[in-house]
Amino acid sequence: MRRAILAALWSHWRRHPVQLLTLLVGLALATGLWSAVQAINAEARASYARAEAQMGGAGLAELHAPSGVIPLATYVALRRAGWQVSPVLEGPLRHGGRVFTVMGVDLLTHPPLPAIAESGADIAPVEALGAPGRLFARPGDAAALAGRDGLPPVVATEAVPPGLILTDIGAAEAVLGRPGEVSRLLVLPEQPLGRAPLNEVAPDLVEVAPEGRADTARLTDSFHLNLTAFGFLSFAVGLFIVHGTVGLALEQRRGMIRTLRALGAPLGTITRLVAAELLALALIGGLAGLALGFLLAGLLLPDVSATLRGLYGAPVEGGLSLRPGWVASGLAMAVAGTLAASAASLGRLARMPLLAGAGSRAWSLRPRGWRMMAGAGLVLIGGGVGAIALFDGLVAGFVFLGGLLMGGALLLPPALALVLRLAAGRARGLVAQWVWADMRAQLPGISLALMALLLALAANIGVGTMVSSFRLTFVGWLDQRLVSEVYVTARDDAQGVAVAAWLETRADAVLPIRSAEIRYAGAPLFVYGIVDHPTYSENWPLLDALPGVWDRVVAGDGILINEQLARREGITPGEEIVLAPDWRMEVVGVYSDYGNPTGQAITALDVLLRHVDGVPNQRFGVRVPPDRATALAQDLRAAFDLPPRAVVQQAGVKAQSLAIFDKTFVVTGALNVLTLGVAGFAILTSLLTLWTQRLPQIAPVWALGLTRARLARLELLRSVALAAMTAVLALPLGLVLAWALLAVINVEAFGWRLPMHLFPLDWLRLFALAIIAALIAAALPARRLGRLPPAQMLGVFANER
Amino acid sequence: MTDAPALLSLDDVAKTYPGGRPVLQGVTMRVAPGETVALTGESGSGKSTLLNLAGALDAADAGEIVVDGVSLSGLDDAGRARMRRERVALVFQQFNLIPSMDVAQNLAFHARLAGREDRAWTDEIAGRLGLRDHMGAYPEQLSGGQQQRVAIGRAMAARPRLLLADEPTGNLDETASEAVLDLMLGLVRDSGAGLLLVTHSMAIARRLDRHLHLSRGRLAPVPAPEST
Repeated sequence: MRRAILAALWSHWRRHPVQLLTLLVGLALATGLWSAVQAINAEARASYARAEAQMGGAGLAELHAPSGVIPLATYVALRRAGWQVSPVLEGPLRHGGRVFTVMGVDLLTHPPLPAIAESGADIAPVEALGAPGRLFARPGDAAALAGRDGLPPVVATEAVPPGLILTDIGAAEAVLGRPGEVSRLLVLPEQPLGRAPLNEVAPDLVEVAPEGRADTARLTDSFHLNLTAFGFLSFAVGLFIVHGTVGLALEQRRGMIRTLRALGAPLGTITRLVAAELLALALIGGLAGLALGFLLAGLLLPDVSATLRGLYGAPVEGGLSLRPGWVASGLAMAVAGTLAASAASLGRLARMPLLAGAGSRAWSLRPRGWRMMAGAGLVLIGGGVGAIALFDGLVAGFVFLGGLLMGGALLLPPALALVLRLAAGRARGLVAQWVWADMRAQLPGISLALMALLLALAANIGVGTMVSSFRLTFVGWLDQRLVSEVYVTARDDAQGVAVAAWLETRADAVLPIRSAEIRYAGAPLFVYGIVDHPTYSENWPLLDALPGVWDRVVAGDGILINEQLARREGITPGEEIVLAPDWRMEVVGVYSDYGNPTGQAITALDVLLRHVDGVPNQRFGVRVPPDRATALAQDLRAAFDLPPRAVVQQAGVKAQSLAIFDKTFVVTGALNVLTLGVAGFAILTSLLTLWTQRLPQIAPVWALGLTRARLARLELLRSVALAAMTAVLALPLGLVLAWALLAVINVEAFGWRLPMHLFPLDWLRLFALAIIAALIAAALPARRLGRLPPAQMLGVFANER
Repeated sequence: MTDAPALLSLDDVAKTYPGGRPVLQGVTMRVAPGETVALTGESGSGKSTLLNLAGALDAADAGEIVVDGVSLSGLDDAGRARMRRERVALVFQQFNLIPSMDVAQNLAFHARLAGREDRAWTDEIAGRLGLRDHMGAYPEQLSGGQQQRVAIGRAMAARPRLLLADEPTGNLDETASEAVLDLMLGLVRDSGAGLLLVTHSMAIARRLDRHLHLSRGRLAPVPAPEST
């Protein structure tokens, strides 16, 4: 019996291959976009975990100095007091336009280092420990470092994360030029009983538990959550296709199912077999989606890696590997999504009375149905608003976005029905009245596709406005921040002093760019020291400040902090922050600092040098009349034999910054375009699947005297009108989405709030795109209609008799 | 009526639709094996309802219906489904073929569902119904008469004990109607099944062994020929 029922159910798909293809493509697109994002996230997170594991010390507590540097004497005192600690020295090494991180560890006391053990290099311990030591780096990095003078031999190994140079602490001291310094101390697992407490031996140090550290995985969490949200939006849009196709397939099979039951097939068996059939299709579509997702992830991963490296300095390798967990979760999403999208249809099937009419019911939504839909939409929006009003945090922000988008989508069909009813009431002429009435009749069948279009358009407007607002603000901010005409980086401090002296008579002003990394509230804080010059007070972008802010900063009486630090720690001007036990400062202002994930502060250079030793003196901003900038840059390079990258003009820095910015949003843009594409496909599939139902509606009008060509034109017009109305309604939804992204999600995810700008030209472009998508989608059914043989139209009447 | 035990018996059967309107009241009737019975009546008299009750598609509110020795009143949904699958076959006015299956698949479908597919028998039926040249065609490619022949073939291929037909020629012209009826009666008589056929046509009713008439939900005397 089951085989006979399955054969009957399957025969529907055999006779409707386009419908089957639509369902599978919808599933594949939904799963593909979702799993691509998941693959990227998994790959990035695996890279972070691998990097941490290769470095050993994961899960160990650490001792940090607020100033960022632990004196050697403190380390010795701790060891003498019985503390089992292992020193680590870290610092940047600039070479060939790249910045590497040198990490020096005590190879004798550090926990086992897989990065060295798995390097495959046959190195005797004495070679790594004794002078000149060995540097371990990835093959690409090792090649980049080759030929640099003064470096120990470099061992190429895949076991070291990209951008990192691992070595013994002795070698690191020499490479970094920081003898006798320690950046942090690892607290080893085995500690003797009765050791002296930390506040007695080293009161300046603080112990940071592993979970308290701002590691890469935590820093990048918000970025991955954003990607996940985009993936989920694409998944939801894809599921609209699945929902529509499954619903239509079951409606078209109502007659068959009634016949099956009349012939003795039990309803329970039929329902279970339909569910099993959907499950099988979900697995097939899901597998195709996984293949698509893997391909897509491979294409997008290089850009994402660049973004993560640029934004967070996070080590992400370029390769993509197939993970069983990813395959399983992708298939689970496909199955869960299919069942969710089909639940209503399956429910209707399970409750279908045997003697009910076989006619379609999906398209018979009554005003009460519209009202219920509108009510559900308002409830969802209300829930989202409630979530953001009652709770803080990124999750509340996404609940708000989800409620807003789904609620808005549910409000669309009732809103369109209302517009169409009003239009029908005002229509003059019989054909116009029929067109409006027919649009209303067609609305339930196409509303799912229009909802998908609404979501895609709103997401495009929202994300587009966010990115464009961000870019505009970023450009303005760059203009304020990058005021100096020329930026120069000397090879070392000695050359820095020489360069400053050389510039003294040749430039209007030489502004040192000197900074030190310290720890504040368990995270890195970069403190910059500035000299007294109107360049800062006239240009620096302040968001909030106390009176006389610049006078107080240059007098060493106050400190400025960036927006990220202010939001993260809830600091407002007027409050005092403790940077070290003997270094307290009043916050006198907050400045915007887009694109920077870490805390930053600005104070007088004297103050910085008083509290931190060894602050590099290599970088300067040079103020000269703009027409002399090029000549000065050339003279500088010639005078000190500096490479081109060491002397850059303002325009070059801005172009570089903007290029990094644009790269950051490549993935967002790609997902945006793909989502719009999926929505366009949803319209096409809806119109194609509705085709069989359209004939009985069109044939009587044709019989009454309208030509097939005119009917085809009206068909096109109808789709375009519905898409245009949807696009108009998508605009307010998209703008609210943009506001939420700028004022809620960005603040929670990145720590900065951006002003919202409007871009009406972008809306027009998107509106045109929506119309074109609807035209393309409607062209095929309209063309079919225009060429339909009269006999087929007549067949409608024959079948109805 | 023959003396054999009844294949279908209804005793004092009543059915009321939601709203309180009685459709059938106190209906008692029999169909014996091999017997063909016509059921006529004006529109709304309860003919189709009676057929639905006899075919286990619906449940009576009162009275007892027994098909091939099995009382329908004691059956749940699954039991009714089994009854329709294994002992009864239905032929509808609207044919109710499976549109996505071809003629061959439609013909064999009910028998496959009942788990007693007999290819030789199905092939013989296809031959007798003149469908051998259309075995690969889909229902939409057939005329109304051909579709009804497929529906009859599907029913008979399952070797039912009882055939219930609701206006099987109602959608066909006179010639097609005659041909379809001839074929159906021939197959029923050869198989020994009982037939209860609902029709508006007195001419068709006269060709069957017995003629019952329903009026306002009750069995009534068959009207005189001139009154129809």
